[in-house]
Amino acid sequence: MTTRAAIRAEAERIFAAFKAAGAVAVEADTLLSAEILLDLYGEDIRARAYVTQDPLHGEMMLRPDFTVPVVQAHMQGGAEPARYCYMGEVYRKQDHLGPHASEYLQVGFEMFDRAAPEAADAELFSLFNGLLSPLGLRPATGDIGILMAAVNGLSTTPRRKAALLRHIWRPARFRKLLDRFSGRAVVPEARLGLLDRLRTGDADPAPMIGLRSEAEIAARVSALVEDAGTPPIAAPEAALLYDLLTLQAPARAALSHLRGITPMLPAIEPAVDRFASRLGALERHGINPSELPFVASHGRSSMEYYDGFVFSFHGAGDGPPVASGGRYDALTAVLGQGRSIPAVGGIIRPALVTALREAMT
Amino acid sequence: MSLKIGVPSKGRLMEKTFDWFGARGVKMARSGSEREYSGGVDGVQGIELVLLSASEIPRELSAGRIHLGVTGSDLIRDKLADWRSQVVEVAPLGFGHADLIIAVPSAWIDVETVDDLDAAAAAFRREHGFRLRIATKYHRLVREFLTAQGVADYQLVDSQGATEGTVKNLTAEAIADITSSGETLRANHLKILSDGLVHASQATLFAARGAGWDAEARTVLAQLAARLGVQAEV
Repeated sequence: MTTRAAIRAEAERIFAAFKAAGAVAVEADTLLSAEILLDLYGEDIRARAYVTQDPLHGEMMLRPDFTVPVVQAHMQGGAEPARYCYMGEVYRKQDHLGPHASEYLQVGFEMFDRAAPEAADAELFSLFNGLLSPLGLRPATGDIGILMAAVNGLSTTPRRKAALLRHIWRPARFRKLLDRFSGRAVVPEARLGLLDRLRTGDADPAPMIGLRSEAEIAARVSALVEDAGTPPIAAPEAALLYDLLTLQAPARAALSHLRGITPMLPAIEPAVDRFASRLGALERHGINPSELPFVASHGRSSMEYYDGFVFSFHGAGDGPPVASGGRYDALTAVLGQGRSIPAVGGIIRPALVTALREAMT
Repeated sequence: MSLKIGVPSKGRLMEKTFDWFGARGVKMARSGSEREYSGGVDGVQGIELVLLSASEIPRELSAGRIHLGVTGSDLIRDKLADWRSQVVEVAPLGFGHADLIIAVPSAWIDVETVDDLDAAAAAFRREHGFRLRIATKYHRLVREFLTAQGVADYQLVDSQGATEGTVKNLTAEAIADITSSGETLRANHLKILSDGLVHASQATLFAARGAGWDAEARTVLAQLAARLGVQAEV
């Protein structure tokens, strides 16, 4: 039976290791402004975070993770470069009965560093890998930056690229859009009828109500008509993107595959170079890229802010990962109000580590 | 009495429920005066009738204070987390039909589908600086629907009544509400998205997994199920 004391002791061990790696220990509030979290994650976060009402500050949420408050604190006046660590409870509402905890300890490490992002990725991963190695976990890695670069490099309209990028973290909707833009999916009946009416101007004049103005409607109408006249994404290019979505191989093999398709999709070259330099850095930390699993789509459906390297460590079974993390450069720009800094971080769940340790003895 | 059944305490829902059971040889009636909320059941021994507000029946089922209950399938799905783990759907009763739908202003000639709504929401947020508001009282059902569809840049705002008026009153841009004929929507210059059916609700007989299912209650349930011609495995 895993006791709270055992979990706390495990958390302290991990926390000490993070401090030994040069991180400054920081604290974060338990009650966070709901507005910021809702703006970042969207309405879905309501299903996952506990919402409460403060008489003066309005809607508040019980901390669902540390990344947001730690980034906020750093952006408000942290020195550069910086590395922070933290230890504390996070709270996640569970909508289904089952083994998922709604309150658990997290120990985390975050690095803010402009100089060498790939070296930072590798250092973080190897720190986690070293701490977790006695547990025999299965690591998983990915790189959302490559997928984003591929979308940006498509020869299609900026509007279509923006639509795809907006849904990069919602794989099902992304896939639907890509199917439509590449002509693989038939245009739905409702859309055809809509386009017909828009072209002939044969729409019922209904009274304007609500905040969304006539001009906003007109703007989308012209966007729809323009899009209907846009040729589909060329088949070979679309095929490369589909290939990328399903790419799954040991990291070194994935790199040679990506090198192979770069001439056909030159826009991914800088992202592939970063991937290569990260693998080099990992190798210097003693991690063999020929054995490290890589899945190009990894981390797309978890939290909506990773935009580069992502990783996780899994035990046997389909429980939650024992540890996870990734790069979130864009989040610092959102929270930094104009300023930004490359950032990477991750968390370990000491309760899961303790349970695994106890199962081994 | 070893088996409690919760039934809506007034109006058409109560009458239709009584009719449905009556047509299958289980006679339900209010006891005493019109105003007293208790009643009796004839046709199967050992059943106690509990008259409750339809909106409280999900909670009573969840707590296991009643064994069976009649209420709208929309209320069960919206009020109970992981509803399948809490109740069993015994039989749809074929009345009380109402659709939970998503509707937008008819003037939005560019929006026909959920896909369009998603795109309009993105543009709306860029233009206005906040997420497109959808007024509803069915928070769980609507959020699960929109999440499954991968819609972003929206927010749900609570509306417990007169939801169709929120767009005109500028407190929401779209609504998600129950409709049976669509009359009220049209009168308020709203139209239903062609793929915006969140849930087709009807009155349904549910059994509570967490109720006290001793041997006696199970015997009564088996007799009742046989009489009603339904399968009831709790």
